[in-house]
Amino acid sequence: MSATTAPSRWERLRDSYLWYSFKRDRTAQLCLFVFICLVIAAFAAPLIAPTDPYDLRQINILDSELPPFWIDGFDDRYTLGTDAQGRDLWSIILYGTRVSLLIGFGAVILQALIGVTFGLMAGYLGGRVDALLMRLADIQLSFSTLMVAIVVGAVVKATMGSAFYSQYAVIMLILIIGLAEWPQYARTVRASVLAERSKEYVDAARVMGLKSRRIMFRHVLPNTLSPIFVISTVQIANAIISEAALSFLGLGMPETHPSLGSLIKAGFDYIQSGSWWITLIPGAVLVVLVLSINLLGDWLRDVMNPRLYKG
Amino acid sequence: MALLEVSGLDVRFALRQGEVRALRDVSFTLDRGERLGIVGESGAGKSVAAFSLLNLIAKPGFIAGGSVTFEGQTLNTMSERALRRVRGHRISMIFQDPMMTLNPVLSIGEQMVECLKAHRRISSKAARAIALDKLQQVQIPSPEKRLDQYPHELSGGMRQRIIIAIALLLDPDIIIADEPTTALDVTIQAEIMALLLDLCEQHNVGLILITHDLGVVSQVTQRMLVMYAGRVIEQGPTREIINDPQHPYTQGLINALPQMATPGEKLNQIRGSMPSLSNLPSGCAFHPRCDFRIRPNGEPRAACVEQVPGFVDTGNCRVACHMVAEMLEDRRLKEETP
Amino acid sequence: MSIEATHVAPTENVIASDAPATERGDALLEIRDLKKRFSLSGDFLDQLRFKKGRLVRHQEHVHAINGVNLDIQRGEALCVVGESGCGKSTVARTVMGLLSPSEGEIRYDGQRIDDLSARKLLPYRKRMQMIFQNPYASLNPRMTIQQTLEEPLRFHHPEWDRAKVADKVETVMRSVGIDPDWGKRFGHEFSGGQRQRIAIARALAVDPEFIVADEPISALDVSIQAQVLNLLMDAQRERNLTYLFITHDLAVVEHFGTRVAVMYLGTVCEIATTATLFDKPRHPYTQALLSAIPRLKDDRPQHIRLSGEVPTPVNLPSGCVFHGRCPHANARCKAEIPLLQTQPDGTRVACHGVEEGRL
Repeated sequence: MSATTAPSRWERLRDSYLWYSFKRDRTAQLCLFVFICLVIAAFAAPLIAPTDPYDLRQINILDSELPPFWIDGFDDRYTLGTDAQGRDLWSIILYGTRVSLLIGFGAVILQALIGVTFGLMAGYLGGRVDALLMRLADIQLSFSTLMVAIVVGAVVKATMGSAFYSQYAVIMLILIIGLAEWPQYARTVRASVLAERSKEYVDAARVMGLKSRRIMFRHVLPNTLSPIFVISTVQIANAIISEAALSFLGLGMPETHPSLGSLIKAGFDYIQSGSWWITLIPGAVLVVLVLSINLLGDWLRDVMNPRLYKG
Repeated sequence: MALLEVSGLDVRFALRQGEVRALRDVSFTLDRGERLGIVGESGAGKSVAAFSLLNLIAKPGFIAGGSVTFEGQTLNTMSERALRRVRGHRISMIFQDPMMTLNPVLSIGEQMVECLKAHRRISSKAARAIALDKLQQVQIPSPEKRLDQYPHELSGGMRQRIIIAIALLLDPDIIIADEPTTALDVTIQAEIMALLLDLCEQHNVGLILITHDLGVVSQVTQRMLVMYAGRVIEQGPTREIINDPQHPYTQGLINALPQMATPGEKLNQIRGSMPSLSNLPSGCAFHPRCDFRIRPNGEPRAACVEQVPGFVDTGNCRVACHMVAEMLEDRRLKEETP
Repeated sequence: MSIEATHVAPTENVIASDAPATERGDALLEIRDLKKRFSLSGDFLDQLRFKKGRLVRHQEHVHAINGVNLDIQRGEALCVVGESGCGKSTVARTVMGLLSPSEGEIRYDGQRIDDLSARKLLPYRKRMQMIFQNPYASLNPRMTIQQTLEEPLRFHHPEWDRAKVADKVETVMRSVGIDPDWGKRFGHEFSGGQRQRIAIARALAVDPEFIVADEPISALDVSIQAQVLNLLMDAQRERNLTYLFITHDLAVVEHFGTRVAVMYLGTVCEIATTATLFDKPRHPYTQALLSAIPRLKDDRPQHIRLSGEVPTPVNLPSGCVFHGRCPHANARCKAEIPLLQTQPDGTRVACHGVEEGRL
């Protein structure tokens, strides 16, 4: 307290428990590294990928089902081999990961927007608002994501045609997964808002005369960020998995713009015929991606659970 | 020989900022049936002192040096098994929060019987009879009924009485009470303290009372220690310290009480606040808040900043203060050269 | 003045204040027949019970305050003392509008404020401020000290420019003894005493005239308590503040209060000037409370031992709420609720024993 200059943001981060525990946790470091590599590779796909799998002119059907480099009969141009349509597997996985991540992040942002707002309102305003919003969440949770997707997908396809659906598949999937899973956020946020609301700084803000909306967003919300971060990691992993599952069932991304899930589905038919790599390599990428996010989430939960380190 | 002898106790906590010394060179003794108060503000290390007596310091804390000797046995090097025979049996503890000791899913009777049977070969019926007797001793209304009640059915004052009854179950030689009445209301606090005092006197039980409340200490204990930043800074008979404190911190603490000031006038405050243990000032830990580090003639006393003060005897009391040491030295010199 | 007359008339003997009648209009805050109940029964669906084959609505309440009348004079420090559960904090929170009263009214400067809309209450928010018990919870952990102190200023003085706000923050930080250079730090970087200073600075920032302090020093260490009390007294002198000071610590009251109201189980049992109360406590509860203060200089004080414990405010005892623990209770105490009666020296006591001259 003797130094009069306050530490900068960077110095605060460096002194924080978060950074301290990150420095000591090899798993967390590895996971963050893998995750960042995957994200960079996916979003830099147009720069990295040797071919553009969306460009039909670069695809030669004669190159189909070529094996990856460690198996005899591979082709120099295709390091990881090709799929049934002759697309370079390496390129298509990069593009596919990008789609998967896009849907994952997009859906989570949508979930968070709805869930955090509803959770804040339910927790802070209480009473009827709370009862209404939480019943709504209960109802939402009683439908599975899959069911919502099937119904919405079927309705959209029937009314707008499947060409329309394929064109807007990314947005449709974000909407479906986002709308289906907001209650997770709402419940978590509501629980921590209830805990924060009883603290005296909220009373102090009320005594000041601040409006409810300002107190909710300026005072309460910043103090509920830790649990929001923690469930966000879990939710991103969940959203990616949900998307993969939907695509695998044929309700997700079309094969012309495949995600990891639709790649797995597309290759699944060839697993018996010996071309196992078409489905297993994207599968492995999906597992690594989701695993690294989940392990990061585990670490984050341990660090941010105040009972574990303050008690 | 004293019943309990603590010498040079040193407790450290291995934290990520480095090692923190929570207790430094704490020494005191307790005779059979004696009541000792440990006084200090939060962060002074008084609770750590209580926990370390029974080797109950939890990780990352550890006893780094010194010894706790009870009836000739050194407790801090004893095996956990042997220690359990002392804990709760010969020396029992009372905590601030009764719910820390009481198990919420067991009835009061079950907990007391279980405790007795763990330490003695005794039938459940006999154990229940002892439990009832102890409940009567702590003056709980309708004790038979309480045996079958659960902790949550009782009020705070009642729970603390139960805790005292449990502490007395095995007729201990020493009770360590860590802020036993802080969570209670004033009128309940007065009753509980009076009860504890009566029981200790009746059964000749030694009491180590840890508190921040000088009023309570002055009414209950015979001797007291004042702690500051992990060290004992003054110890001696309670009356003498309360009436004539020597250490500037003890003086400040007593003078800061509202009852020591004229109503409406300013209180005599000590400036600043207790330093954090990880960042202690050099020399005497109290020097940044102390007015006496400047001599009356305006010249600063360098030792206060440079050197950790040792204990000096002032009659019955021992004080760790350079100013007091200097005064005593001056007085001795004056007496030698009349 | 007509409003004044209507509310004074029916409760004349209850609210007769110890100030002379001519000064009664000078009360800054008047609390009239304040009651506050909290429901224990949850929402509407939880309240429905089957009884004898019929669906009935069953509600249980905690009676936190039951008809409290208090006048706070300009410039005084009125202390409300009592043990946990006596409703003293509920009084404070109701006065500040954090809770709405179940019955009764609160007047500030002659104007009823308990039923005002948030917008109409805004001018009063600037004049009344509050200091909370727990300095570890009363500062938003995600805001710097500077932000915490600027917020009330920006909100109540939207016309002030950045420099003026910063200037005011600096002044108020200096006045509570916090170095303005520490403004960029967060609350958790300060000690308890410093945090409470910052909380006081936040309350003083908008230059209020009335401050409700809810146990402002009970979470602090002894040596820090003295600092904070001194700060509050300095602020009172310099700014001519009026305090409603809630505490459980009678020793603090003796030092700080102009007048003292002793509360027990949601009712006021004695109001007197501090000197009178400590000199000559009338109500048996006040006497017990005073005797329980651990004093430094006396060896074995004679506590007045109260039998039993404080009853729960869910099922209030009949008659005088204190009769179950009172050594002087008789049949009348069990049946009839005592009212505050003014004594010759201005003290007001709600006790049948005192009224009958038994005590």
